[in-house]
Amino acid sequence: MMTKAVTAVLIGSLLFVNPTWAAPLRVVTTTEDLAAIVREVGGPLVEVESQTRGTQDPHFLEARPSLILKASRADLFIEIGLGLEVGWVPAVLVAARNPAIQPGASGYLDVSRDIKPLEIPSAPVDRSQGDVHPLGNPHYWLDPENGKVISREIARSLMSLLPDRSQVIEQNQKEFARRLDEAMARWKDRMKPYEAAKVVTYHNSWTYFARRFGLDVVGYVEPKPGVAPSPAHLNQLIALMKQEKAKLIIMEPYFGRSTPDLLSRETGAKVLVLPPSVGGVEGIKTYFDLFDYLADQLTTALSIGS
Amino acid sequence: MFRPVFCLIFVFLFHSVVEAQTQQGTGSRPGLQGLNPEISLDGLFAAAYFSEPDNLNFGGHDPNQTGFTLQNLELTLGATVDPYARADAHIIYLIDEEGESVLEVEEAYLTTLALPHRLQLVGGQFFTRFGRINPTHPHAWDFTDQPVIANRLLGPDGLRNPGAQISWLSPLPFYLELIGSVQNAGGETAVSFLSNPEAFEETFPDLSFEERDVRRFEDLLYMTRLKTAWTPSDTVELVQGFSGLFGPNASGKDTYTKIFGLDFYGKWRPLDAHGGFPFVALQAEAMWRKYETSENSEDNLHDRGLYLQGLWGFASRWVVGLRGEYANGGDETDPLGDRRYRISPNLTFYPSEFSKWRLQYNVDRAEHLDDKSLHAVFLQFEFLIGSHGAHQF
Repeated sequence: MMTKAVTAVLIGSLLFVNPTWAAPLRVVTTTEDLAAIVREVGGPLVEVESQTRGTQDPHFLEARPSLILKASRADLFIEIGLGLEVGWVPAVLVAARNPAIQPGASGYLDVSRDIKPLEIPSAPVDRSQGDVHPLGNPHYWLDPENGKVISREIARSLMSLLPDRSQVIEQNQKEFARRLDEAMARWKDRMKPYEAAKVVTYHNSWTYFARRFGLDVVGYVEPKPGVAPSPAHLNQLIALMKQEKAKLIIMEPYFGRSTPDLLSRETGAKVLVLPPSVGGVEGIKTYFDLFDYLADQLTTALSIGS
Repeated sequence: MFRPVFCLIFVFLFHSVVEAQTQQGTGSRPGLQGLNPEISLDGLFAAAYFSEPDNLNFGGHDPNQTGFTLQNLELTLGATVDPYARADAHIIYLIDEEGESVLEVEEAYLTTLALPHRLQLVGGQFFTRFGRINPTHPHAWDFTDQPVIANRLLGPDGLRNPGAQISWLSPLPFYLELIGSVQNAGGETAVSFLSNPEAFEETFPDLSFEERDVRRFEDLLYMTRLKTAWTPSDTVELVQGFSGLFGPNASGKDTYTKIFGLDFYGKWRPLDAHGGFPFVALQAEAMWRKYETSENSEDNLHDRGLYLQGLWGFASRWVVGLRGEYANGGDETDPLGDRRYRISPNLTFYPSEFSKWRLQYNVDRAEHLDDKSLHAVFLQFEFLIGSHGAHQF
């Protein structure tokens, strides 16, 4: 009786796992941005799901059973890397017991491999400097040029897993890169009038964006990455913002508003809550939507300020 | 004799850490650094005040005297071994009540990564995956001390021994995991089973220790566990488990122990949480033990107990918690078998992910002390240096 039930469950499970030949490739990404780019490159060949929502801080997650479950079924697992997901991805991958997506396997992709990271510490780091990332700043998807690099990496992985669909994937990637170039010209045009505008950001997460679109980040609300602001730091920051005439305080939706609001009252700079990811605000469904939204919000805020 | 060896290991490992960090820092040879194991050292200390000199904290890693306790100095090493497996080791150093330094091989095990059909094997020395609290390392506890019922049934250091474990994640659309393990039933970390003479004497002073040979499969310790999880929304996750333990015990030639446990964990965290806050987490665990003492079933020991705890991360880096406990072994004179109630509120502050400060108060009522209230206050702190450990759920 018992053995029969066990056999039935086992056979059932085999049926459940195996018929992948016709189904789309199951891709699991750590963030919505990666999922959006996978959709562009993979089209109907893939079924993609992100482990975080666009409103979530990807630094702080736990290896929840639901994440393990998703990873256990994936054919391809993609992460941002550079230490962004170090607190949860390793535990998820071990618990998922899916040989296809273990680091080193063809179904595992760390898209930072070809990225040239900014802010690689030039001297030895330790945690007195806060949450420093020894491999460099991991918020690189906020530069659309890096979006192109990410799409190339994703295409390479998809082609190795779906060799007979290589042509389509390659075409999709090229088309994505072309549209990105086109959009880039548009975004740069819009941001041009505000070149070198001085801003403060909450976390050092807008470095890549600022560099690409010519914003000048003069300071951070956090004294060190991941470290809560002290009164002494805020006093210094207020003085600095006044001196530099900083116009905006940019923060992600998951940071508390009270400190930015205080800075705003003290300096007259405006607080701007910006989503760093696809899905961070309703309506941002693609990688293009994200930068359209960011350009909209920034140009509006900066034009009022000037 | 372990001490010099341990010191050497430390010197060697920290040399490696410094080297690894230097390499990371210059960014010159990141490839090399990837070959070093992840290394971390966790220190867990407590200052305690007990209203009575004979306190009721019997856990091996509990604050154990008025004054200071080194609860746990844990060296963790882990790395992938090859494309097929990873290995983890947790070596513990602590100073006991008598001031003796004690070295424990808490865990050292291999985990397979490449088995088909969602199977996973674990082999080595490991915590039995019974319930929630038993496999949790002391520095990851939400309270300063071990729950009473876990202390009584699973032992002051938790239930762990060399053995092998297999687990299977089902392909069902929800999370369902089956775990089975077989481990040695003897030694001081298996007090409800074959134990050893010293641990047995401490745990069951009224019984006599029977030396039993291990000849048959029935002489080993078996565990089965069913774990399921349910995710009603992006912000809530609920985990339930049922575990059973079966193995021989040292009170007779043919006596066995059975322990059953039910556990629940639920966590709510909004999607816009910053640094993991705010959150609410509830955890509960109930356990039953039947300990056969002889042919006469009337003499068998029956124990039961539970703990319920709630945590509320009410502000960034701040957590307030409350735990209530009950245990009863039906022996009104035995400190490890009487009826016992304990309530523990606490407040924890995390300066960062890598350190914590915790203030906890215990009010304790034990039947063998005529239900007189005992009080205890703990101030605990923890530091973690080295590799960033993954957060378990």
